[in-house]
Amino acid sequence: MALANPPSILFVSVVGGPSMSRYFIDRWSSRVVLAFGITSFVVLVFIAGFIIRESMPALQEVGIFRILFGTEWYPRYDKYGILTMVVGSVLVTIVSLGIAVPLSLGAAVLLAEVAPENVRRIVRPAIELLVGIPSVVFGLVGMVWLAPLIADLGGKGSGSSVLAASIVLAVMVLPTITSISEDSIRALPRTYKEGALALGATHWQTIWRVLVPSAKRGIMAGAILGTGRAIGETMAMVMVIGNSPIFPSGLLSPARTLTGNIAVEIAAAVGTHQSVLYVTGLVLFVLVMIINSASVLAYKRKVD
Amino acid sequence: MKKSNKALLALVATLAVGSMLIAGCSSGGGSITIGGSTTVQPLSEAWMEEFTVDNDVEISVQGGGSSAGVKGAEEGTLDIGAASREMKDSEKTDFPELVVFHVAADGVAIVVHPSNSTEDLTLDEVRDIYAAGSNDEWTVINREEGSGTREVYEDIVMDGTEVSPNAEFLPSNGAVKEKVASTDNAIGYISLGYVDSSVKPVKVNGVVCSEANVINGSYPVMRYLNYITKGEPEGIVKDYIDYCLSDEGQQIAADEGYIKLG
Repeated sequence: MALANPPSILFVSVVGGPSMSRYFIDRWSSRVVLAFGITSFVVLVFIAGFIIRESMPALQEVGIFRILFGTEWYPRYDKYGILTMVVGSVLVTIVSLGIAVPLSLGAAVLLAEVAPENVRRIVRPAIELLVGIPSVVFGLVGMVWLAPLIADLGGKGSGSSVLAASIVLAVMVLPTITSISEDSIRALPRTYKEGALALGATHWQTIWRVLVPSAKRGIMAGAILGTGRAIGETMAMVMVIGNSPIFPSGLLSPARTLTGNIAVEIAAAVGTHQSVLYVTGLVLFVLVMIINSASVLAYKRKVD
Repeated sequence: MKKSNKALLALVATLAVGSMLIAGCSSGGGSITIGGSTTVQPLSEAWMEEFTVDNDVEISVQGGGSSAGVKGAEEGTLDIGAASREMKDSEKTDFPELVVFHVAADGVAIVVHPSNSTEDLTLDEVRDIYAAGSNDEWTVINREEGSGTREVYEDIVMDGTEVSPNAEFLPSNGAVKEKVASTDNAIGYISLGYVDSSVKPVKVNGVVCSEANVINGSYPVMRYLNYITKGEPEGIVKDYIDYCLSDEGQQIAADEGYIKLG
C-alpha cells in the first residue's frame, strides 16, 4: 500500500517517479474512496437502526395507530397522539412553500434573464448568504420582531403562529429553490430563447411561455429539496410557532411541529415518553426519505 | 505552493492549534456539571461565581428542565441534577440510587402583562383559565412537559384537571417571562426568583406572592429547590453542596430572590 512506502510518495511527488508507486496509488485511492462512501452508508443504516430500536418500546406498548392517529398529546396522562403535529408540520411546510416558490421563481428569472450583470453580481451572493445564517438567528428575528408584528396586525395573542413560522421558513428555503431554479433556466439550450424571439415573441412571453415551462422539472427538484429542509427545521419552529399541540384553526393559530415536539421534550423524557419521541423521529425519517426520493426521481426525469 | 495558499494554510493551522490549546486549558481541580431546572439555574450560577473564587474548579450550569436534571443525574451526564420539584414516585422506584438535597425554597408566581388591570385571582379562577386555554380574553402561556415548575403548578393549582393544549408551551422560565412581558393579555407562571418589573404578579386568593408569604405558608404555590446526585456526593461536589447549604450560600440564595431553608 502506498502509505506503507513513504519514500515512494516523496519520489512520486517530486519526480513523477517509477510506475510501480503510481500504480499502487492508483489502485488504492479508489478503494480508500470506496471505503469512505461505504462508511457514510453504514452510518446512515446505523442511525436508522438506532431510531427503530429505540422506538420499539413505544410501538409495542402504545401502538403505531394510537400514536400516529391520536389527537391528544399529554404524556403526563399517557396520551401520545401526534396527529396534531403531523398536521402542524405539513401545514407549515405547504404555506412556506406557497410563499417561497413564487418569490424564488421571480428571483431566479430575475437573475437568469432580466438583471444586468452588475445587479446580478450583488443579488446572487446576497441570496446565497442567507443559506449560511444559522436557523436560530432566523428564529430570534421571528420571535423578537415578526411575531409581535403579527400580533399587532392580527389583534390577538402573542403572534406565535403558523403564519410566523411559515414566513421564517420561506426565508430559509428561498435561496435553495432560487439557485436551483436559476441554474435550471440558465442550463436551457440557447436555441429555445433565440427560436422564440425569432418567431416574434417578446422577452416576457419567451420567459413565461417557453423558458420557465422548459425548466419546470429543475424548478420542481429545487422546490422538493426546499420541502425537505422545511420539514426538518427545528430551532426556528420552536421559537415562533407556539408549540401548542392542537390542530391549527387558521394561519394565526399556534401549532406544534414534529421536530419541535422532539426538541422541546427529549431532554426530560424517560421511558415510554422518550420512546414515543423516537417514533416521532421515525415518522420524520420516513417523510424525509419520501421527499428525497421524489426529488431524485424528478431530477432523473429532467435529465432525460 | 503559491504564496497566498501558504499564508492561508499557516493561518488555519494557527487557529486550529490555538483553539485546541485554549480548549485544553482547564483548571487543575476538576469540574462540576450542573444541569436541569431553569428555576435553579440563576441560583446555581450565583453560587458558582462565589464558590470558584476560593476553589479551583470549573463549574458549568445548564438548563433543560427539572426532568432533564433527574435524568442527567441518573445517566451520569450531570454531576448534579437540579430540580424545582420533588422526585416523582416513579422516579424514586426507577432510580433508587439518587440522593436529593433541599438547597432553597421558591414560590411560583402567576404573572400577567404590566398593563393588565387584573390584580387578584382565586386558585379556582387560575385553574379555569388554564383548563379553558387561550381565548379572546387570555393568551395562556405554559411550560413544556419536563418542567419542574409546571409539575408543581399542575399539582397545586390544577389538582387533577387537565390543562388545555390550546396554550403556548415554552421551554424555560426566562422564555415565559419574555412572552408575558410582550403580550398584552398573556398569563403565565414563573419562579418567584425570576419576577421583575417587566411582568406583574397577581395576588392569589388575596395573598401577594412574596418571600414572607411563601415562608409563612399563606401563599399556596411553593416548592423546594433540589440538587440531586447519584449516590452520596464526594470530593469537590460535596464541598460545593456544603457551601450552598452554608450560611453564606443561603444568604446568596436570599439575595437572588429565592428563599432560605430553615
